[in-house]
Amino acid sequence: MQQLGMGQAVNQALREEMTRDPDVFVAGEGVGVGIHDNPMFPTAGLIDAFGPERIRDTPVSEAAIAGLAVGASEAGLKPVVEIMFNPFFTLASDMIVNHAAKLRYLSGGKSSFPLVVRMKSGAGIGAGCQHSHNLEAWAAHCPGLKVVMPGTPADAKGLLKSAIRDPNPVIFIEDMLLYFAPGPVPDEEYLIPIGPADIKRPGKDVTVVTWSKMLGVAFKAAEQLAQEGVEMEIVDLRTLVPLDKETILNSVRKTGRLVVLHEATRTGGFAGEVAAVVMEGAFDSLKAPLRRVTGPDIPVPASPPLERFYIPDEQQLIAAIKEIM
Amino acid sequence: MEIPLAKKMEMLRFLLLARRFEESLTELCKIEGKIPGMMILCTGQEAVGAGVCAALQPTDAIITNHRSHSHLLAKGADPNALMAEIFCKRTGCNKGKSGTLHLAVPEVNAPCTTTVVGGGPPIAVGRAFAQQYRKEQSVTVCFVGDGATNEGSFHEAVNLASVWHLPVIFVCENNMYAGAQRHEEHTKAENIADRAAGYAIPGVVVDGNDTLAVYRSAMEARARALAGEGPTLIEYKTYRWRGHGEADPQIYQPKEEIAAWQARCPIPKLRGDMLADGSISTEALKALEAQIDALVQEAIRFAEESPYPEPHEALEDVFA
Repeated sequence: MQQLGMGQAVNQALREEMTRDPDVFVAGEGVGVGIHDNPMFPTAGLIDAFGPERIRDTPVSEAAIAGLAVGASEAGLKPVVEIMFNPFFTLASDMIVNHAAKLRYLSGGKSSFPLVVRMKSGAGIGAGCQHSHNLEAWAAHCPGLKVVMPGTPADAKGLLKSAIRDPNPVIFIEDMLLYFAPGPVPDEEYLIPIGPADIKRPGKDVTVVTWSKMLGVAFKAAEQLAQEGVEMEIVDLRTLVPLDKETILNSVRKTGRLVVLHEATRTGGFAGEVAAVVMEGAFDSLKAPLRRVTGPDIPVPASPPLERFYIPDEQQLIAAIKEIM
Repeated sequence: MEIPLAKKMEMLRFLLLARRFEESLTELCKIEGKIPGMMILCTGQEAVGAGVCAALQPTDAIITNHRSHSHLLAKGADPNALMAEIFCKRTGCNKGKSGTLHLAVPEVNAPCTTTVVGGGPPIAVGRAFAQQYRKEQSVTVCFVGDGATNEGSFHEAVNLASVWHLPVIFVCENNMYAGAQRHEEHTKAENIADRAAGYAIPGVVVDGNDTLAVYRSAMEARARALAGEGPTLIEYKTYRWRGHGEADPQIYQPKEEIAAWQARCPIPKLRGDMLADGSISTEALKALEAQIDALVQEAIRFAEESPYPEPHEALEDVFA
């Protein structure tokens, strides 16, 4: 099986979907030029394969990029646009929140907006808070948007292909450190449906619900805890909207314990939503109070020791689990 | 440019229809419980919708804004479905989901009325991109007010349209007020059209109350767009007779100013020209006016007699 970073997996998904469907095009800042000329980066080489008509380098204009996707998708094209970093969501947010998410509803179901907005996220690149800020909970709070946040290259490829084929706006968030963490990706073509969570590791003692880069943190903690006789079940949400409540609830009903792990800041983070789902649907199964392990309520700092402090790690997760065992 | 008689008749018809449609709304929105939400009208500005849309083909798209009624009617939207939507009824063009502020009529290529000021231009760019991508012989018109040209999204969109030579016409209906601010309070440039220079596209100033001049300028911009020469910014100088919305007491608009612009109403102008050159007879004009009146009365009857949506229908149409 091929070993790819998440960026390379995304690149493969884009190539396959662009080959399959001439209505798919890619637009964004630097998607066609050398700024991304690195095999680990998602749009590298696409312009050579598909040309400048379908790989559209844009000015530095996030509102126009997102509006391009809204208008073109209403006309039936399948735009995959890139907002270079998740914090720049703010510049595109009127188009995404007030238009992509709402215009189908406002049309009474007459129009649809099959667009994908890819955004790079994640702390750990030393770039500080205006390039690292996980805002998936903002997107999840807007009815009309689907929100996908893969944790492995294989998931990224299969989910992006589904996102491109989805008739709704999909926010697709890629953690940049995962570009540099190769993993197995099936050689044959496949799709992963948007919606179902994936139990990445079965276990009987405690459920950890997580997504994106924190999946790796959960695995490290699981290995350590297994040596101490604690078996963690890892539920990788993969998509926040729609949320696979049943898989979460079934896991908690089995283990009786829940920790939600995400890199985004704590207050108003999506862990609160997962916790509420469990309190409403599986309260009677809980043997102990649930816990959240998240980034602290601070902007992501640039200095390496400060940034390492920000990012949740396996020791924090293990400590939280031990509190409730 | 010789304008065919049928085109003149079309423009006169839509001028009269938009005026009569909105005169009814002025009265209806005063009745408690009749029409939910705000009421924002384009009364006095109808020449822009009638003239621009007469220059378009059915495959051309429009993206519109707060003062959308004349644009949508002139693009061919069904007056019954529009009126019912304004009444928020289930038979409305958007099943009661949008109301008067977000009327969407994709079946006539008018997929978006956005009332986020400046929301239209980026979407128009996307619609025009699709036309260019598919090599269609069609254009997209984006109607904005003068206020929208102070939003960043307007500038991002015009720049991108210019760089990519997109077949889009940015129509600025300068009615001299953005909310409660007069033009000189919000924009230093005397003409909105002057801003086109910064994007290296033509900026044209036209009398927005002269329907035939509006039509001619839109035809020129459309031909330019179809020739692959890119966007045009047309500024139509006109005037907002009503307040920002019907609840606005208009204390900041001088009465003499309103009266002076009402004296320049686009309807008598076109009507007079057409009577003078023999395009229409007095009898035919009377018949047309009666027909428009009946059309609007029927739309109101349809809207009033239509049911509201059932509450649970609120949950439908979020996702495809």
